Amino acid sequence: MTRRVVITGQGAISALGATAKTTVDGMLEGRCAISALEFSNADRLAVGIGGQIKGYAPSEHFTRAELALFDPFTQFAVLSAREAVTQSGLAFDDALSLRSGVVLGSAGGGLQTQDENYRLVYEEGKNRVHPFVVPRLMMNAGSSQLSMIFGLRGACYTIATACASSNHAMGQAFHAIRSGSADVILTGGSDSMLCFGGLKAWEGLRVMSSDGCRPFCATRNGMVQGEGAAVFVFEELEHARARGAEILAEVAGFSMTADAGDIVVPNQDGAARAISGALADGGLSPAQVGYVNAHGTATAVNDRTEIAALRTALGPAADAVAVSSTKSMHGHIMGGTGAVELLSCIAAVKDGLLAPTVNYNTPDPECDLDIVANDAREATVDVAISNAFAFGGLNAVLALKRFA
Amino acid sequence: MSVNEKIREILAEQALLSPSDISDDASLEDIGIDSMGVVEVIFAIEEAFSIEVPFNANDPQASAFDVSSVAAITAAVNQLIAEQKAAG
Repeated sequence: MTRRVVITGQGAISALGATAKTTVDGMLEGRCAISALEFSNADRLAVGIGGQIKGYAPSEHFTRAELALFDPFTQFAVLSAREAVTQSGLAFDDALSLRSGVVLGSAGGGLQTQDENYRLVYEEGKNRVHPFVVPRLMMNAGSSQLSMIFGLRGACYTIATACASSNHAMGQAFHAIRSGSADVILTGGSDSMLCFGGLKAWEGLRVMSSDGCRPFCATRNGMVQGEGAAVFVFEELEHARARGAEILAEVAGFSMTADAGDIVVPNQDGAARAISGALADGGLSPAQVGYVNAHGTATAVNDRTEIAALRTALGPAADAVAVSSTKSMHGHIMGGTGAVELLSCIAAVKDGLLAPTVNYNTPDPECDLDIVANDAREATVDVAISNAFAFGGLNAVLALKRFA
Repeated sequence: MSVNEKIREILAEQALLSPSDISDDASLEDIGIDSMGVVEVIFAIEEAFSIEVPFNANDPQASAFDVSSVAAITAAVNQLIAEQKAAG
């Protein structure tokens, strides 16, 4: 008998809100949370805007000892996981803890910790740094902290595939539960790269917008970075049913492909194969897809390539699909972005509410699908897919199904 | 070395050519520099002349900085040097 995988908890933090609920509410309000960046040396940046989490006081959530070990990317993962596990109602007893794991995505890991400590040794000439710099900055810090906090003793790891990291992570979690190697996995992604060194590197590529993120709009001129996390409880269906859990959505399909092309330029064939593959993996047809949370970075080339890939993968059904990029509101959360964006896919299949692409003012003939522009929309959606296409030509697509 | 000579030297290095092979009316495409190469050229120009070049790789045509030919780049760099020197 085939094992099915469902989502029984969600947690998040982003510029839109400090919880999954406030983040989703912000998306559905069509609220743009991109604002002026505030951190040391931000005045030396050419691009001064981002989806920065403001009004956040770490000491309200963590002890002094925890903060010595938790880079912001770990803090965001822990806050999201607390919310998700609480919502799921799960208690990890001894037997369950052996059948449970963690798979998170991150592109930058403890980049803020690296940035700050390089500054101390190079700029300030210090000859020693805090003893916990290494366990704070390592890519797996977030996953390992979740494993320790909740006592999860199965597979625990972090995936780094740039902007596709959290989709790859959630795909691995899904397949692990479906194949029988785990019953529960905390999965999603986290990144916090909004610091001087992090953004200076991105400025060099000259693909960032200094005036806003406008995916699929003819006036788009680049991406805007964000920060945050989302973590979900992925659970085997019968396990969730047996304990009477509320089921938010079913994880139905996943696929990943590589372009084997260019290190930064996306490729229509690789993206289309990932979309088709996710549908095939879930036994789904293009006609069932009602909503696509696009990668939609608002660079000229990503958006037109993604629309072409959707047309290739969905065929005639593409014209009936609603498409949006919520990056226009929370920014591009890098390795955490697929996780935060999965929230909008859950809202689509569970509540029939489609989050919009905001800042959209001029249609682009090269992006001629049904873009949910500026205002949320109601629609009954059976299947929603979430695209993530990373630098390095790595594509990962998840398909969610309404659970009924 | 003149501004034009320095720009040709930068382009030549990027294109794996000799500066004498690069004519003033050549486009970057003519000498085999692709879009990522353009971004590297802009960086080298900024470093060589201590200027900030307004250039968005998303839409090079819309940028204030004209990269359509070697002569156009030279003129644009000369203008930026003058403007940014004046602004101090």
